[in-house]
Amino acid sequence: MSLGKLAERLLHLVPVLLGVSVIVFLMMALTPGDPVDIMIGDQNVTPQQEQAMREDLGLDLPVHRQFFVFLGNAVQGDFGTSFYHRRPVLDVIVERLPATIELSLVALIIALVTAIPLGVLAAIRRNSILDKMATVGSLLGVSLPGFWFGILLLMLFAVHLQLLPVSGRIGFDSEIEPITHFLLIDTLLRGRPDAFWDALKHILLPAITLGLPMTAILMRVTRTSMLEVMRQDYIVFAEAKGLKRGRILFRHALKNALIPTVSVAAIETGSLLGGNMIVETVFGWPGLGRLVVESVFLRNYPLVQAAVLFYAVTYVLLNFIADILYTTLNPRVKL
Amino acid sequence: MSRNENLLEVDGLRTVFDTSEGVVRAVDGVDVTVRRGECLGVVGESGSGKSVTFSSVMGLVRSPGRIESGAIRFEGQDLTRLSTREMRAIRGRDISMTMQDALTALNPALTVGEQLSEMLDAHDDDLPARGAARRRAIRDRSVEMLRLVGIPSPESRLGQYPHEFSGGMRQRIMIAIALAPGPKLLIADEPTTALDVTIQAQVLELISDIRARLGMSVVLITHDLGVVAEHCDRVMVMYAGQVVEEGSTVDVISNPQHPYTRGLLGSIPRLSLRGKPIRPIQGQVPNLVGLPPQCRFYSRCPERTDACLQSVEMRSVGPDRRARCIALTQEEVA
Ligand SMILES: Nc1ncnc2c1ncn2[C@@H]1O[C@H](COP(=O)(O)OP(=O)(O)O)[C@@H](O)[C@H]1O
Ligand code: SF4
Ligand SMILES: [Mg+2]
Repeated sequence: MSLGKLAERLLHLVPVLLGVSVIVFLMMALTPGDPVDIMIGDQNVTPQQEQAMREDLGLDLPVHRQFFVFLGNAVQGDFGTSFYHRRPVLDVIVERLPATIELSLVALIIALVTAIPLGVLAAIRRNSILDKMATVGSLLGVSLPGFWFGILLLMLFAVHLQLLPVSGRIGFDSEIEPITHFLLIDTLLRGRPDAFWDALKHILLPAITLGLPMTAILMRVTRTSMLEVMRQDYIVFAEAKGLKRGRILFRHALKNALIPTVSVAAIETGSLLGGNMIVETVFGWPGLGRLVVESVFLRNYPLVQAAVLFYAVTYVLLNFIADILYTTLNPRVKL
Repeated sequence: MSRNENLLEVDGLRTVFDTSEGVVRAVDGVDVTVRRGECLGVVGESGSGKSVTFSSVMGLVRSPGRIESGAIRFEGQDLTRLSTREMRAIRGRDISMTMQDALTALNPALTVGEQLSEMLDAHDDDLPARGAARRRAIRDRSVEMLRLVGIPSPESRLGQYPHEFSGGMRQRIMIAIALAPGPKLLIADEPTTALDVTIQAQVLELISDIRARLGMSVVLITHDLGVVAEHCDRVMVMYAGQVVEEGSTVDVISNPQHPYTRGLLGSIPRLSLRGKPIRPIQGQVPNLVGLPPQCRFYSRCPERTDACLQSVEMRSVGPDRRARCIALTQEEVA
């Protein structure tokens, strides 16, 4: 893995970001609805005041001029001001980011720790009831709409059984002074196990909802690659060596079978970003995803634009990480 | 022949595969004897059942295959009656195997050192029980094994992966792994087919050399009669899931009894026996599903008569010599 490769990837990012910016700009120009109209609502405002607002936000310029103004500023690291918050877009995004990252990481962990053992088990007990249930389950997992599954969980665990909170990131009584802004960590750092428990209860349902499609995909990938690996000569040779079954399964087979699983996990983490918008909205999670959805409704163009660019960068980086993982795990491949 | 001179005795082994076309009789009534310290050559065209016979001995036949009947006695103990755990203790420690292609038989994701030391860890009883002393002893033994099979500067190569070695080196490493616990029997399944000619000779020399040094028995599976002539004491010729001829190498090569063996020999230039894979006789190995009860070589045999349309048994045709052909005069039954 060389710095050259990294530089090359970063260079690839330039056309991607440019293309994404154009598309987002076009989409916002073509969607009906006007940010100034939305801000004004039913207040009484004179046409002069309205015109002033437009000029203030730079919306009086033709669309292509707006784009070049945005581009000129963005190159200098200025992504504009959120219409709604009246603060720099970047500040608002950074503020919301920890909640989203924390939720995504927990979803990723849940997906990995359930998908890998299930996939291995389904493979070694091929065609058993368990394998068939896992197959059906994973089919449902990828095809159920996330919001529907989330609402189902909400109704069952939060509304009916009242075991878990309905929305938010942490209860009012458990608010703590942030350190890392990851609540599961900060609550422990502050020595508040009760608050940790509260944060955990809040994150559980959204993380499960968010992680479900990924769990389903990773389980299928693990099962398939495990079956493929178990047919290989080196597994027969390992058996001929008289090694214990556990060693054959978990050292010889799994080490090879996990190579595709881990790479797919890294790539699929990118798709968690999209899932975040839905899940955060359903569960009132104060992260970037919900912010983006709200901003779309408010026609808060600068924020949507910057957030989408951020998603694009993250996506490309995750693909890069997937490649690195693939190389590190697979001694045969040299990047 | 006193009984305990035989290390391995296989009697009436039948191994079948249940497939959608029917039951494939891959090994159909095979008897094998391997004596202590000897090298037994096993020859036959591809698909004649050589590998399946010895996978059965190792207890490595997997679904859809199964051992239908037969006894496999190793040092007098019937392996078919052992539990999985007991069988695992015999594999590697008493009977070891190398596979045709070391590139696919070695795990690409584990270092050579790990693949060697796990074998020692599983089977070598002379090592210290645990801890750093054990780890050091395993490492020393690993280095020693790699040196034994002729890997230069073995200490520095333990941490490397199989793909970092040449084909011949990989084959040597696989042999080192198989031999590390000091097995009594090595089954070498086509150890040189994947290698080029000069390396082939080296690897075979290595196996013969180590056999002489460690006094173990070797089953050398090959489809090259030249290899057998050079390295084996006795030879067993297989065709379509059955043994068709068996005897000392000298006898079988100088005086082949079965038309198939003659065909195999006839395909090789007289002076240099060493050569390409044998493709001697017109026609193909018959489909092993639903074979009629006649000589299996019938359709390809240049010497066939109507008398061959019955089932043909192995007959003794001399001291320590057996063949499966109706045209042979049977030696007096002892
Ligand atoms: N997994 C399997 N499924 C079905 N048939 C098999 C399988 N493995 C081996 N066979 C059958 O057993 C026959 C003998 O195979 P094998 O012992 O590998 O031959 P050889 O080693 O002599 O080349 C093959 O021709 C094939 O018909
Ligand atoms: S029994 Fe008949 S067909 Fe079979 S090998 Fe002998 S001569 Fe040929
Ligand atoms: Mg074979």
